[in-house]
Amino acid sequence: MDFFLQLLVNGICIGLIYGISAMGFVMIFKASSVINFAHGELLAIGAFLFLTLVTWAELPVYAAFLLTLVGSFALGFIVERLFLRPLIGEPLIEVIMLTVGLASMFKGIMLFIWGGNLHTFPDFLPETLTLQWGTIHVPPVYVAALIIGLLFLTLFGLFFKYSSQGIFMRSVADNQSAALSLGVHVKRVFALSWGIAALVAAMSGIVLGIMNGINVHELSSIGLKVFPVVILGGLDSIGGAVIGGILIGLLETFTGGYLSTSLKDVLPYIVLVVILLVKPYGLFGLVEIERV
Amino acid sequence: MLLEINNISIVYADVIQVLKGVSLNVETHKIVSLLGSNGAGKTTTLKAISGLLKPENGKVTDGSIVYEGNRIDNLSPEEITRKGIIQVLEGRQPFKYLTIEENLRVGTATRWGKPYRKDLEMVYDYFPALLSRRKSLAGYCSGGELQMLVMGRALMAHPRLLLLDEPSLGLAPLVVREIFKIIRRINEEQGTTIVLVEQNSTMALQIAHYGYVMENGKIVMEGTAEDLRKNPDIKEFYLGKGSADALKSYQNVKSYRRRKRWL
Ligand SMILES: Nc1ncnc2c1ncn2[C@@H]1O[C@H](COP(=O)(O)OP(=O)(O)OP(=O)(O)O)[C@@H](O)[C@H]1O
Ligand SMILES: [Mg+2]
Repeated sequence: MDFFLQLLVNGICIGLIYGISAMGFVMIFKASSVINFAHGELLAIGAFLFLTLVTWAELPVYAAFLLTLVGSFALGFIVERLFLRPLIGEPLIEVIMLTVGLASMFKGIMLFIWGGNLHTFPDFLPETLTLQWGTIHVPPVYVAALIIGLLFLTLFGLFFKYSSQGIFMRSVADNQSAALSLGVHVKRVFALSWGIAALVAAMSGIVLGIMNGINVHELSSIGLKVFPVVILGGLDSIGGAVIGGILIGLLETFTGGYLSTSLKDVLPYIVLVVILLVKPYGLFGLVEIERV
Repeated sequence: MLLEINNISIVYADVIQVLKGVSLNVETHKIVSLLGSNGAGKTTTLKAISGLLKPENGKVTDGSIVYEGNRIDNLSPEEITRKGIIQVLEGRQPFKYLTIEENLRVGTATRWGKPYRKDLEMVYDYFPALLSRRKSLAGYCSGGELQMLVMGRALMAHPRLLLLDEPSLGLAPLVVREIFKIIRRINEEQGTTIVLVEQNSTMALQIAHYGYVMENGKIVMEGTAEDLRKNPDIKEFYLGKGSADALKSYQNVKSYRRRKRWL
C-alpha cells in the first residue's frame, strides 16, 4: 500500500511536468496548426541554459531560473520570426519539415557547445523541501516539480481565461479569419505561442534535468514524450494535455515500480496505440460544436 | 466622402478575375446597400475594403480604394482595422469555444489595453438578448443570437465604417426586422457609416440611403434607395413576391456553392 502511494505521488509530480511541457506543444498547434518536432530540443536548451547560468556564470539559482525562462521565451519568439513566419500560407508539410530541420540544428549546436556527456546540476534544492508522510518519502525534486507545476498551471489558466491577450490567442485558435476581421494581430499571436511554448519546455527541461541528469540525446527524447501525452489528451485541448501528462507520468512510474524499469519507456506508447484505436481524437479531444 | 472605390479589378490566385472595374462611393454617416445575386462579387468587394482579400490570396490589381483621403488598397487587415474599418463576415462566424462576453472582448483587439466596460454596456443595450447569455459558449447560440453577437463584437471596435455581409441570411422574418431596426439605430445613434451587402433587397432598401446593384463583378445599377425601390427591373429580380421561397432557394444554392468552393 505504501509502495503504491509512493508511486502515485511520484507519478503525479513527473506527470505534471510532462503535462506542462505538452501544453506548450499544444499551444503552437492550436494557434497555427504547426506540429513542432523541435519541442524536445527546446526542452534540452532550457536545461543547458540553466546549467550554464548556474555553474559557469555562478548566478544564484532563482536568478538563473528567471533568466532561463526569459531567454527561452525570447528564443521561441525569434525562432517564429526567423523561420516560421516566412512559411505562413505554405503547405503544412513544408512547415513540419522545417521544424524537423530546426530540431537537428538545435541538437548540433548543443552537441557543439556542451558535448554529448551527461552533466548534472549541483545539488541546490534544500533538504527541507522533502515531504514525509508516514513511510512515504517525497524527495525535494519531486516537491519542487509539484510546486512549479501547479504554479505554472494556475498562472497560464488565469492568463488564458481572463487576460485580453489570452482571449485573443484563443480567438485565433478558434476562428482565424474572424479574428483577422476584428484586427487581432494573428502573427503576433503565433510568435507569442512559440515564446510561451519554449518557456514551458525550458521549465520542464530544468526539472527533468535535475531528476535524470542533463544529456542532449536523453532530454530531447524525453521531449518526444509530448507525443503520447498530447495524443492521449487530444491535440487541441490544453487541459487535456495536462491530464494526459499526469496519466503518462503515472503509467511510467507504475510500470517501473511493479513490472520492470526497462518497460517503463515503452508502455506509454503501447497504451497510446490502444487508446487511439478506441478514441481516435484522444480522450479529451474537442468534440466539434455543430448546430443543425 | 468617407470611402471612394475607383475602378478596381480583383484577381484571386493571380488568375481568377472576379471584379472588373467596380466604382462606388460611400458618404459619411450614410447606409449604402450593395445588392446582387450569388457570385456577383459583393463579398469580394467588402474584403477588398477590409484587407481580408490578402490572406485569401486575392489582390486589387487595378484602380484604387481611398479612405479618408488615403489609399488603403492591399494594406493588411491589421492596419485597416486600426483605421476604423470593421467587416462582419458572411455566415456569422463566432468564436465557438469562447463565451459571449469573451467574443465581445475580442472586438477590443484594435485598441488593446484600453478600458472596455462602457462598450460592453452599450452592446448589451443594443442587444439585451446577449446579456442573459453572456457566460455561455457562443457555439450553442441560435442564429439570431449569433447575428447579434457578431454585430456587437464589431461595435466593440468603435468602427467608423462598418461592413455588414448578409446579416439577414437564414433568419426568420421577425428576427430580420429586429436586426435591421438595430442597424438603423447604430447608424443614427453612433454615427457609424455602414455598407450593407444583402440579397434581401426589400429590407435593405428600407433602411439604406443609397444602393448599388452588382452582377458578374460589375456595378449594373445605382441610385438612391427610393429610386431603386421604384425601379421595375429591381422589382422583378429582387423584390419579387413569395420572397420566403426565394430566400430558401438562395440558401440552398449558397450552401452548395460554398461546399464546392472549399473542396
Ligand atoms: N478565395 C477565392 N478564390 C477564388 N475564387 C473566389 C474566392 N472567393 C470567391 N471567389 C469567386 O469570386 C466570385 C464572387 O464571389 P463572392 O463571394 O464575392 O460573391 P457574392 O456576391 O458575395 O455571392 P454570395 O451572395 O453567394 O455570397 C465567385 O465566382 C466565387 O467563386
Ligand atoms: Mg457573399
